Amino acid sequence: MDFALSREHKMLQKMMADFTEHEVKPIAAETDKTSTYPAQTIEKLFDLGVMGLCVPKQYGGAGVDALASAICVEELSKQCASTGDIVATHNGLCCAPILEHGTEEQKAKYLPMLTTGRHVGAFALTEPNAGSDASKGQTEARLEGDHYVMNGSKIFITNGYVADVFVVFAMTDKTKGTRGISAFIVEKDFPGFSIGKHEEKMGLHGSPTAEIVFQDCIVPKENLLGQEGKGFKIAMMTLDGGRIGIAAQSLGIAEGALAEAVNYTKGRVQFGKPISKFQNTQFTLADMQLGCEAGKLLTYKAAVKKQNGERYTVDAAMAKLFCSEHAMKVTTKALQMFGGYGYTKDYPMERMMRDAKITEIYEGTSEVQRMVISGNMGL
Amino acid sequence: MKVIVCVKQVPDTSGKVAVNDDGTLNRASMETITNPDDMNAVEAALKLKDETGCKVIVVTMGPPPAEGMLRELLAMGADEAYLISGREFGGSDTYATSQIVAAGVNKIGVEKDDIVMCGRQAIDGDTAQVGPQIAEKLHLPQVTYAADIHKEGENITVKRMLEDGYMTIKVKTPCLLTCIKELNQPRYMSVGGIFEAYDKPVTVLDYEALKNDPLIDASTIGLKGSPTNILVSFTPPQKGAGMMLEGADMGTCEKLAGILAGKHII
Amino acid sequence: MAFNNTDLAAFKDVWVFCEQRDGKLMPTDFELISEGRRLADELGVDLCGLLLGDKVEGLAKELGGYGADKVYVCEHPLLKVYTTDAYAKVICQVIEELKPEAFLIGATNIGRDLGPRCAARLHTGLCADCTHLDVDMGIYKDFLHEASTLDDARIDGLNTAMVLGEKHDVSRDLKMTRPAFGGHLMASIICPRFRPTMATVRPGVMKKRPYDEAKAAECQIVKPSFELSEADMQTEVTEVVKAAKKLVDLIGADFIVSVGRGISKDVEQGIKLAEELAAELGGVVGGSRAVIDSGWLSADHQVGQTGKTVHPKVYVALGISGAIQHKAGMQDSECIIAVNKNETAPIFEIADYGICGDLFKVTPMLTEAIRAAKAAK
Repeated sequence: MDFALSREHKMLQKMMADFTEHEVKPIAAETDKTSTYPAQTIEKLFDLGVMGLCVPKQYGGAGVDALASAICVEELSKQCASTGDIVATHNGLCCAPILEHGTEEQKAKYLPMLTTGRHVGAFALTEPNAGSDASKGQTEARLEGDHYVMNGSKIFITNGYVADVFVVFAMTDKTKGTRGISAFIVEKDFPGFSIGKHEEKMGLHGSPTAEIVFQDCIVPKENLLGQEGKGFKIAMMTLDGGRIGIAAQSLGIAEGALAEAVNYTKGRVQFGKPISKFQNTQFTLADMQLGCEAGKLLTYKAAVKKQNGERYTVDAAMAKLFCSEHAMKVTTKALQMFGGYGYTKDYPMERMMRDAKITEIYEGTSEVQRMVISGNMGL
Repeated sequence: MKVIVCVKQVPDTSGKVAVNDDGTLNRASMETITNPDDMNAVEAALKLKDETGCKVIVVTMGPPPAEGMLRELLAMGADEAYLISGREFGGSDTYATSQIVAAGVNKIGVEKDDIVMCGRQAIDGDTAQVGPQIAEKLHLPQVTYAADIHKEGENITVKRMLEDGYMTIKVKTPCLLTCIKELNQPRYMSVGGIFEAYDKPVTVLDYEALKNDPLIDASTIGLKGSPTNILVSFTPPQKGAGMMLEGADMGTCEKLAGILAGKHII
Repeated sequence: MAFNNTDLAAFKDVWVFCEQRDGKLMPTDFELISEGRRLADELGVDLCGLLLGDKVEGLAKELGGYGADKVYVCEHPLLKVYTTDAYAKVICQVIEELKPEAFLIGATNIGRDLGPRCAARLHTGLCADCTHLDVDMGIYKDFLHEASTLDDARIDGLNTAMVLGEKHDVSRDLKMTRPAFGGHLMASIICPRFRPTMATVRPGVMKKRPYDEAKAAECQIVKPSFELSEADMQTEVTEVVKAAKKLVDLIGADFIVSVGRGISKDVEQGIKLAEELAAELGGVVGGSRAVIDSGWLSADHQVGQTGKTVHPKVYVALGISGAIQHKAGMQDSECIIAVNKNETAPIFEIADYGICGDLFKVTPMLTEAIRAAKAAK
């Protein structure tokens, strides 16, 4: 077992840390405050090849592995979880399923759009009445000649109002439950496609979340992704990979908050000494550090297993569950160390805490992750 | 056409700087970075590559680990790298360093339409001497403090900064330019570049490789070839702390103003 | 090598390169002539200015007023505007001919272009951006006692240096002291084997001596011969543009109010408050590296290791943490006042007066209090 990153991964980590420090950190508070999609940052990430980095070179990507992808999201999320979310979604939930399940024609058409073409991607599964239980989806796609007619709506869609390409799940046969779900590649310019309400969220204000609506939306037949009825499987496989992204995002939030806490407690003097010198602070920081290290090992292991073509569903679930809960713990405790300052918007802690909460909810709640893990324990 | 960029790996003096008890720098405890002005030179070269498709070669003198820095520059988009490294070169001052680097550049070869670029100065020594001295040793015209560079064929127009303005200078290739931070914003390494960096060539130039250059002999390199010697290095004493005033209100300010007035400072 | 510069005895006199721009001498010329006077006296030799330009002879006498015994004037149309090609060619010629033992150049953007080019051509040592120069061992050791943390025994033992394995007496060498590593370290450099010893000297550091009318009248003007033609010119200066914007004269200011990262909450207001305080004091506004790097103030405002070295009567640091790079440029101010929210900020370690508070609240009160104190006088 070798726990060291390769020299390329180390270099990538350094580049992303540098990018985050100079391009992401300075605007993170403003991005949150004004709920602005960080368009310029995303453009720069396209320049660097971070958007679509797992896409093979022949389709315009960098053709690098899942571990590299996780490292990018982790570093970005240390300063801005919204930016991490946008990237994780684009790469893990849009590029990945097209790459893994698309036909050669679909890959040749859509992957260059999502890399060199600078189109942002999204993933649309959740509906008002179908969250953790995807089998109750109401969005329908009916085959009519050379195209499908899609009706329904999807909610909480990350990148919703900025994306150009969506991987959408719809019922092609309602009688079959999850076996009636199919996946489609939908462009925002297809007739009958529209953007609904923009969500106002507790955190992740820079990540554009919206409802998307299909009203007799015309989706060409050739945009069916995989076979009819295989949509649920594609969704689950995609979410397995996506969870590595969210694990990396939560890990980044936790590491970012820990670094802030270390820095602050060393400078904050109370009762005649820096509060970092109090054992109570030290023990809390030690636990935070411990969790970050454990989370990193879980996340990187899941990424490497995915890369090696091994089964990694449980690994991804464990990484996502552990890191998201750890991010929540770290941000809560770190905010406490900042005292009153932590509760103000002068410091990033309250934003980090708000941002952390979603990681326990989306791409499978903590409860769903426990279902996945326990479901594989032969109970 | 090609651009040869001379770069240096330096300790990051903007972070924590640790000094040993004997007054020498504790380099082991410090991060190393590519010298900031050199990054502007690399960016200027890569911009020319974007525009003209020219080749960009980076060259440094340093210990073997400096290869890591060269790989990062390759990841930014440079095509080839040269590492000038050897025990014989140790202890060189700016004069001896410029002799050696100039010999390295000679080995790469400067042709009619080439440009050599350097950063203005390195943050460890802050001398700004090696660039002009390389130019002298290569018999190239120099333009220092370049804040803007335009190339049209063999004609180069440079905006050269002065303290109170600037000069516009015309020079023909081959020439040497030293770059300042106003010139550009260095790009980041790209993901694709990073995963190709270790496939690009890095050539090590040791004493054996350079010894036939007329610039290189025992009296021009290393400690022996350095006209200057360090008599002593030391750390300056810290100025003692003064007086912390109580509070931060109008009364505090009035008290301070009173002290300044009493001392006839205001 | 045609030019034998290892015969040290053949070299004498201290020279100062006197830079002119647009037919006007630079402030550094007077600083260096003043300092050079002391060094020449310590060596018992003449102090000579070296002035290049086109029709610049009229400027020479003034240099005498600050201490030059002699000014070498080289005039040529190609020397009107500075170019590396022409200036290096002429200077190297006259140095090879007249053999000075020390050659000082102001560390301006021009001096730092010219110095290394000449040193490389002459095969001699150049020490960049010096902040202290000495010949006399007694004065040098006094300086070290004050400016270093070296112990007395170490300082007393500095009479010789090991040069190529042999003990070398440094008493007649120019000891050139300069900061390195962002001001964390200082080093004294010598050039024991070659002449002239060359140094570029940081502007604003050496003190100008009082102007002496009689000395100016005595100053000798000498015009050495040299060769220069169009064929020597590899670069062409097509225009010289003065910055349209008024430059901040930080170096000459008695009062400086500098702002740091602490103004980030409201940059415009922070700068406005600093300007108001500076106006009340009759001074100018400066900034830390963070402020300049963020583009809040232009580069000519920068105080510190990579900016300007200042020693005003009063230096007010608003929201400046006091990173060592910044301290390097202002710690010799006569009086330092620091306002910072963070009571552990290192700036308080060197401040004469510290106020721990929000600069946005304290600054206007301080401006008001100073106005009142002045009115009461």
